[in-house]
Amino acid sequence: MTRHVVATVDEIPSGARKIVEVQGREIGIFNLEGEFFAIANRCPHEGASLCKGRIVGLVEADEPGAYRYSRRNELVRCPWHGWEFDIRTGKSWCDPRRTKVRSYDLKLEQGSALGEEELRAETFPVSVEKQYVVIEL
Amino acid sequence: MSIVELDRVSPAANRLRVIDCDIHPAMTAWTEVHPFLARRWIDHLTIYGSHLRHAFSEALTHPRMSPDAARVDAYPDEGGPPGSSLALMQQQHLDPNGVDHGILIPLRWNPGSQRNLDFGVALTKAMNTWQVERWVRNEPRLKASVLIAQEDAAGSVAEIEARAGDPNFVQILVLPRTDEPLGRRRYWPIFAAAEQAGLPIAVHVGGTNGHPSTGGGWPSYYMEEHHAVAESMQAIVSSLVFEGVFERFPKLRIVIMEGGLGWIPSLCARMDKHWAKLRSEVPHLKRCPSDYVREHIWFTTQPMEEPERASHLTELFERIGWDRLLFSTDYPHWDFDDPRYAFKAPLSEAQRHQILFGNAQQFYGLA
Amino acid sequence: MTTDPSCSAQRFAGAVDCDLHPAVPGMDVLMPYLDDYWREMVAVRALDRLNLSLTSYPQNAPLSCRPDWKPAGAGKPGSSLAAMQQHVLDRFQASFGILNCLYGGQAMHSEDMAAALCRATNDWIRDAWLDRDPRLRASIIVPAHNTELAVAEIERVAGDGRFIQVLLLVSGELTLGRRQLWPIYAAAERLGLAIGVHAGSAYRYAPTSVGWPSYFIEDYIAQSGAFENQLQSLISEGVFAKFPRLRVVMIESGLTWLSGFIWRADKTWKGVRAEVPWVTRAPSDILRDHVRFTVQPIDDPDEAEGLLRLVDHLKSDELFLFSTDYPHWQFDGDAALPPGLPEPLLQKILRDNPLAAYPRLAASVRSTEAEVSA
Repeated sequence: MTRHVVATVDEIPSGARKIVEVQGREIGIFNLEGEFFAIANRCPHEGASLCKGRIVGLVEADEPGAYRYSRRNELVRCPWHGWEFDIRTGKSWCDPRRTKVRSYDLKLEQGSALGEEELRAETFPVSVEKQYVVIEL
Repeated sequence: MSIVELDRVSPAANRLRVIDCDIHPAMTAWTEVHPFLARRWIDHLTIYGSHLRHAFSEALTHPRMSPDAARVDAYPDEGGPPGSSLALMQQQHLDPNGVDHGILIPLRWNPGSQRNLDFGVALTKAMNTWQVERWVRNEPRLKASVLIAQEDAAGSVAEIEARAGDPNFVQILVLPRTDEPLGRRRYWPIFAAAEQAGLPIAVHVGGTNGHPSTGGGWPSYYMEEHHAVAESMQAIVSSLVFEGVFERFPKLRIVIMEGGLGWIPSLCARMDKHWAKLRSEVPHLKRCPSDYVREHIWFTTQPMEEPERASHLTELFERIGWDRLLFSTDYPHWDFDDPRYAFKAPLSEAQRHQILFGNAQQFYGLA
Repeated sequence: MTTDPSCSAQRFAGAVDCDLHPAVPGMDVLMPYLDDYWREMVAVRALDRLNLSLTSYPQNAPLSCRPDWKPAGAGKPGSSLAAMQQHVLDRFQASFGILNCLYGGQAMHSEDMAAALCRATNDWIRDAWLDRDPRLRASIIVPAHNTELAVAEIERVAGDGRFIQVLLLVSGELTLGRRQLWPIYAAAERLGLAIGVHAGSAYRYAPTSVGWPSYFIEDYIAQSGAFENQLQSLISEGVFAKFPRLRVVMIESGLTWLSGFIWRADKTWKGVRAEVPWVTRAPSDILRDHVRFTVQPIDDPDEAEGLLRLVDHLKSDELFLFSTDYPHWQFDGDAALPPGLPEPLLQKILRDNPLAAYPRLAASVRSTEAEVSA
């Protein structure tokens, strides 16, 4: 396991995403109102860049015509076939048991808490005042 | 089977050779086609526009679940709709997916469904030239389809004859929502011209004819409208067979595009079973219905069927005939199939190559 | 005819035959059930001279009657109870038979005339058929193009427990999921009636989305596509979400289209389910819970293999219901089901599945058993 500093917290505002590359894998970092999540940028269905899909809320219905909208911005819809994935869990909405996108552990760390070697290979300058998104892989 | 993560693209997969039988080119702006239209029709287009048997002549009454029915990642940086940038098409699709040949299926304006037949014919001529000038000349991997305004048989025949022998064109394109089922005799001059020109006829999802999309009326939702495509195609196949089109035009070849595959064995069985009792109504059929399908009709693969069990897919291919399946992606549309991942079944290298390349190579006579 | 026991009529003993077609011989039998106004209209408009057989089943077309079931005289196929008993009910030792009457009432444009004809037909079915053979049950025919009148007819007739289903044509005026039709489904669910969807069109529209075919055989082939569209309609529009206890029986649909249906419908749902969020499960799951299918015809060159393949594809042996489709010509001799079916599957198709599909039938079996044990 290596920790990778992949973004600053302030470059991913709430409701936004950033796609980063770690050890040859593309990973999408999402900010859900201050909570950060990371999932693979690769739809398990046919390999599309999942994290480039539209970010949407969850629509449900207790009966036909009664649309109930919640969890704004917490799902990503695959840019190809429109399969919805829960950004928090990586699970697909239609088949949560068997179809999920890999999700990654992620931490927010103060720049001052990061060790020298953890900072290698990152392309942006790190400063002690800033908060960073760190992925373990 | 649990699919958590797809394999990385392997070097072997990069060596794919693909013929994509269904690519949708788009216009950056409508005026792109103006250079190929007479002044009279440019004016007509400007003043009256498209005129269809449809509530909105410029929009769908079942809006798709993605804008432009397209992949969200297929919008060119420079603007314009998905499918309008050759550079993006090359970079995003032709190059990485190993596409040696791609067949263009332009859908803009529904020329075959235009109520003004002269306008429809003018549009087909313009869009045929546009395909060559805008696409094929700039990208030799691409091939064009001869659009026709099929409700005007004479106009269609003239356009087929004008393009016959032009190596830029590999087929004639008809959209299945015709005024009458495609096997009816009003369309026979088109079949005669196709046979004469040695061009197959592609029937690709689309068109609008004023008939509800089911025999029991209009559906409310796109989920139903999308499904009904498969029944339209079944009606087309059934019509071609029972009208005796293949008896009259024994060299005619048809390719059904984007209609799904799951219905083919059951339709064939249904036609055979009931023809056995009702054959006296159609004495012009000399063989059982499924024989004509097996001999004269091919199918493009997208949208690929995805049965839960892989064996059900290979069983389906077996029943349709491995040699009748032509790979297609539908680029840049939302239900795009990736040649590496579309088949959720363990195909042998030979089977994969046959579907991705060999069948279409033979069907279209490509290098 | 074969002597192979696996092909004998005895193996169907105790079956519930879910698709029998009694024919209305003519308007004269309905006259006693029409009110003064409609009786006068019959005379004034000579309605009794109209042949109200549906275009979907031309009287003399080979499919409409098996050759050896043709009546000797001028009568319509299916118009004689004695013949029906001899040809199927007695021969196959059916425990029950369900009458699905296809007649003009379902298709007349006048909603009032349609309702009057449906009322009269249901009453005639009760007197001329149900009262004369205790094995018989019937579908209520309704003017589906007027929901209020249809519901009124369902409620009028449903007091008689021998009516166990409401019958709709697969192609009427509205796709079957549409909310205008929901009062019919509400009434059916409330009264424990199944909804039967039978092949046939009122021809309000071309039978296909690509227009009017030339030949009858094309119309008949297109029926399976119509079933497919209507199944997708019932699921997509949320009928089963709204009426969770509703059972739909698709009758004479051809069956083998179901494999392609579930693959396409399940895949489409994954991409567009946000349009119809009340569809919370894959269409194939919903289908397994709510929809049943009668077994004639089985569109496969090898019927046993075709049926077993469907059981495999659909992951259920509970979906299929025995039917002869009498007097329609779907099979010869005693081959109402192909030989070669495993015995447990056969028993399910013959009896268990029909009883599970028709709550009123199950109830009458229970009450008979209670009487016997008392």
